[in-house]
Amino acid sequence: MNKIFEVPLYPYAHHADEDTAAPARRKVVVIGAGPVGLAAAIDLAQQGTEVVVLDDNDKVSFGSRAICFAKRPLEILDRLGCGQPMVDKGVQWNVGKVFFDDRQVYDFNLLPEDGHKRPAFINLQQYYFEEYLVKRVRELQEQGAPIEIRGRNKVSAIGTHPDHVTLEIDTPEGSYNLEADWLIACDGAGSPTRQMLGLDFVGRVFEDNFLIADVIMEADFPTERWFWFDPPFNKGQSALLHKQPDGVWRIDLQLGWDIDKEREKRPENVIPRLKAMLGEDVKFELEWVSIYTFQCRRMEQFRHGRVLFAGDSAHQVSPFGARGANSGVQDTDNLCWKLQLVIDGKAPESLLDSYDVERVHGADENILNSSRSTDFITPKSEMSRVLRDAVLDLSEHYEFARPLVNSGRLSVPCTYDGSPLNSADALDGPERTRPGSSCPDAPLGDGFLLDQLGGKFVLLTIDADAPDVIEEQGIEVTRLALSVKDDKTLALKDRYLGKHESGVYLIRPDQHVAARRPSFDENQFRHAIRRAIGKE
Amino acid sequence: MTEDQLILTPNINGADDFYADLLTAHEGLSKAESDALNARLVLVLANHIGKRAILKQALAAAALKPGEDTA
Ligand SMILES: Cc1cc2nc3c(=O)[nH]c(=O)nc-3n(C[C@H](O)[C@H](O)[C@H](O)COP(=O)(O)OP(=O)(O)OC[C@H]3O[C@@H](n4cnc5c(N)ncnc54)[C@H](O)[C@@H]3O)c2cc1C
Repeated sequence: MNKIFEVPLYPYAHHADEDTAAPARRKVVVIGAGPVGLAAAIDLAQQGTEVVVLDDNDKVSFGSRAICFAKRPLEILDRLGCGQPMVDKGVQWNVGKVFFDDRQVYDFNLLPEDGHKRPAFINLQQYYFEEYLVKRVRELQEQGAPIEIRGRNKVSAIGTHPDHVTLEIDTPEGSYNLEADWLIACDGAGSPTRQMLGLDFVGRVFEDNFLIADVIMEADFPTERWFWFDPPFNKGQSALLHKQPDGVWRIDLQLGWDIDKEREKRPENVIPRLKAMLGEDVKFELEWVSIYTFQCRRMEQFRHGRVLFAGDSAHQVSPFGARGANSGVQDTDNLCWKLQLVIDGKAPESLLDSYDVERVHGADENILNSSRSTDFITPKSEMSRVLRDAVLDLSEHYEFARPLVNSGRLSVPCTYDGSPLNSADALDGPERTRPGSSCPDAPLGDGFLLDQLGGKFVLLTIDADAPDVIEEQGIEVTRLALSVKDDKTLALKDRYLGKHESGVYLIRPDQHVAARRPSFDENQFRHAIRRAIGKE
Repeated sequence: MTEDQLILTPNINGADDFYADLLTAHEGLSKAESDALNARLVLVLANHIGKRAILKQALAAAALKPGEDTA
């Protein structure tokens, strides 16, 4: 049987753009058909913007990469029309166990908050994630959306101009040139775009190696996350066991710095390690083995004129906390509505600078969290290790130490506090829905709030009057009128009103709060709309 | 819970921030300097707590012998 990552998903096909005398001009070109480039392209195409995705490969991501996808990206995928297959296929888990040395020190149940359509996260192989995105692209193509993926189209040179970008592209049949009004570089951590433009990528490399193995097991391990600090089978290091769909298990084994990577990757060396971990009699088959060194770094700026960087090309994190693809999808969620408004002439180009401000903020939060996890898992000094081990010893006996145990802090959306697009908070309502926050979901009749918000500007009124539509600067803001009377679980009241009787929220197309007040005030909300599109 | 009872449930707001501060305080120190810092930290915190009854429980808890009077 061919493995899914061995089958070409978007094989090379000759394109008429390769034959034109003068280079063809496209609205948006995306470099990279990874999770982030595909999400960006789908988002734009859904809004009717012409987009071409170029990838030097023709298959989904190779081998063991992302497995853990968090709630916010799943909600974004719902908006992109492909959340459901991901959740249907994905594995959900709530119980985690932490081991130290030869014993279990504690276990926990995540007990996710009720009243959300999507779970806190799912485990799903990155190749499925990408496959479902490609399926969504095909679906959009069938509906006539202006989107295409060109496989084995390798970008080899880039020229930047004030109002467009030029690209030189190598294909199996030769090179051609293409122009784009806008370029989104989603070409991964090694970003050739970044290199071609001579841009920096600074941060920390962790002096450590991790063996990442995906194994197909017959054993009936429970659907739980097991994390070992300093286990007998990997002395002085850490290990992780996590379940994926199709009976595939992800195993991470920390190896340390001074190792021979090629040697460690060989099955004859990997298999004994895994047997020591899983037990001698457990039957398994290796699907994939790779060795990674992790780093945390980012570009200084994600926008360079008409070139916008998103995903790993803009920022890279260690995988503890699953923040790579998860945050990249949030980049595109932030970027695409802004780019759309700029392309449509409804917002000034400077609106795109807020992409930089907001997502750099997000990247810093992710880098901080994943660096801390890495420092806990791999103590940098003798004293860090003494403190780390003290936390683990205490955690076995006392609940207080458990929040200090850090084997990864799960990706949650960042709040754009201080963003130039926010209006001052005039509600003094719940913290979690202050301006800049991503809207928390809530049950609504038979459905959920976020599905109602969709991907346009919305005026959410809760027990407050307002016009059904406000038009400001060519932006149409439609009202979503809700009442606490229909809010059986009180989740809406709890998350959006707190102690107040009523509330009005201006919500951006990426479902982040732009402004909120206890009641509708036309001037104030018009002002807030202008602010949210970078006009004030 | 009475005032004379050692708190052993989570009680630090922003636990990750605290832990990061703790590691930062040790950064660049030799092991001996770090040990000394820890010792001073214990004494500073003990003074802040003040109550002997609590300090006794804390000593037992740190020895991983809760409920025993090790002092
Ligand atoms: C072991 C491991 C575990 C991880 N676990 C998680 C997790 O649980 N959750 C999570 O969210 N993230 C995780 N990540 C991170 C995640 O894999 C990445 O963040 C994600 O793949 C980034 O997506 P991207 O689209 O930005 O880049 P990529 O997936 O790297 O895609 C870049 C694309 O650009 C193409 N390209 C490059 N150069 C060119 C060129 N010159 N011309 C044309 N195309 C080009 C490449 O072929 C590729 O398809 C993990 C990573 C690793 C290594």
